[in-house]
Amino acid sequence: MGDAPDSDADEPDAETDGGVRAYTVRLELVDEPGELLRALAPVADNGGNLLSIHHQRGNITPRGHIPVEVDLECPPDRFDDIVDALRDAGVNVIQAGEEHYGEEVSVVLVGNLVETDLSNTLSRIEDEADAVVQDLSLAAPEGTDGISSARARLAIDSGRSEEALAAIRSIGSDKELTVVEPLLGGEA
Amino acid sequence: MRLAILGAGDVGRSVADLAGEYGHEVVALADSTSAAIDPDGIGVEAALERKAGDEALGTADPEDVLETEYDVLVEATPTTLGDAEPGFSHVRRALEADRHAVLANKGPVAERYEELRALEADSAGSIRFEATVGGAIPVLSTIEDCTPQSVTAVRGVLNGTANFILTRMAAEGLDYEHVLAEAQDLGVAEADPTFDVDGTDAALKFVILANVLADGGFALEDAAVEGIQSIPGSALDLAAEDGRTIRLIGEATRDGVRVGPRLVPENGALAVTGTRNIVQIETRNAGSLHSSGRGAGGPETATAVLSDVGRLPPL
Ligand SMILES: NC(=O)c1ccc[n+]([C@@H]2O[C@H](COP(=O)([O-])OP(=O)(O)OC[C@H]3O[C@@H](n4cnc5c(N)ncnc54)[C@H](OP(=O)(O)O)[C@@H]3O)[C@@H](O)[C@H]2O)c1
Repeated sequence: MGDAPDSDADEPDAETDGGVRAYTVRLELVDEPGELLRALAPVADNGGNLLSIHHQRGNITPRGHIPVEVDLECPPDRFDDIVDALRDAGVNVIQAGEEHYGEEVSVVLVGNLVETDLSNTLSRIEDEADAVVQDLSLAAPEGTDGISSARARLAIDSGRSEEALAAIRSIGSDKELTVVEPLLGGEA
Repeated sequence: MRLAILGAGDVGRSVADLAGEYGHEVVALADSTSAAIDPDGIGVEAALERKAGDEALGTADPEDVLETEYDVLVEATPTTLGDAEPGFSHVRRALEADRHAVLANKGPVAERYEELRALEADSAGSIRFEATVGGAIPVLSTIEDCTPQSVTAVRGVLNGTANFILTRMAAEGLDYEHVLAEAQDLGVAEADPTFDVDGTDAALKFVILANVLADGGFALEDAAVEGIQSIPGSALDLAAEDGRTIRLIGEATRDGVRVGPRLVPENGALAVTGTRNIVQIETRNAGSLHSSGRGAGGPETATAVLSDVGRLPPL
């Protein structure tokens, strides 16, 4: 894992030869041996061809899963079947094909992140702010009992950043966390 | 113009010192206990020497300053919150006597803007307060030139102490407490840095900006304010991994005022370093304008006061 070629990473939807197109699928997998192979079997079973698999080590979703980004190619009319088959096999498909989220913003959270249940905080961000946590970096120099910081990269629908950030602010004040928001607007 | 200066701290003393250079005369200078008054012009140098030597500034009472013949009151007493006294009453007395007032003191313009404008409307004198926002940086006069109606927002860094602390924390990987102590040793932070680090000082300036944009309506209590005390070094490290940094950023629009630590691009315009200040003025028709420079200091602030004096109409 992680060593597949990623030449297509920046243009996953580019037209390729033979009437097939490239697609990107984001999955969340349980951290168990064999899970990746099991999860990806439906791709080949439905006429798809795996191009690359990106698996950012150390990134864990709020539910304790591992986010995996898969680039694949297939004839356009097979893509929906592949996504359905993945879902039927119990794989959590976060984002498929060209449904890209419009905006990406980062926030930094500061406080007793562990004590206030970081995975609950992130789930609430996903639910209440309607955002997808794309990755998370945690820095806990004082150990998990002390003040720690986390940077979350969030995907948010276009035009909804202000609303999403307001929701995150209120989650932060519930949990007595400092939320360092990006400065939107203007040419920062 | 004949200047009566109330307050002989860093700002008041520098105004007195530089007034001659700008073609003005100082007829009174007072601190909290005494005043030097002379309708023909006080000896500024001698008065400042007395102040430096911990002697009385002069033999007069500070109360008598506003009884003197003067054209412009320079209000440079300490900024206070709430009723903004004694600064507010000083300015009121000047306007009621049909004199001009130029403020370095943020209190009256942040907390009682509408009252000041009402007093001004009934007076032959007028008020100016460039020095209250961004020290030497021409912020209010730029807005005035663009006309306030065409400015949609003002954002930026208007507290040098907080900016210095965040810059050092990011550069050295040190924690807040450590850098604050260093800033105090260097004289960048005051012995009691509360208003600088908790966002109050920056908030007062952005409240003043919102008042200018909306022609009043704001006071400190209307601002959403957060400080930098809870930002650990680890938060700056995480921001840096992403090409960003954290700055204490204020925003003023006609809808409100907000001050707090924000993520900004590390190499972006707003990420000024050290004690520098910057403002970004967003205009309807001309995009964004940026000005940066020294946001505090006696001579820096005095230049803003004296530029204001130069813009006043003759009485
Ligand atoms: N320093 C800056 O860079 C800067 C920048 C922008 C705006 N400002 C504002 O400008 C004002 C002056 O700042 P500063 O740094 O010069 O302050 P400062 O060093 O604390 O000086 C304040 C001065 O006001 C005098 N004073 C106090 N109450 C008085 C009264 N009732 N009547 C007459 N004088 C009185 C004090 O007298 P004593 O000497 O007897 O104590 C002192 O001389 C403040 O409102 C500040 O917020 C400062």
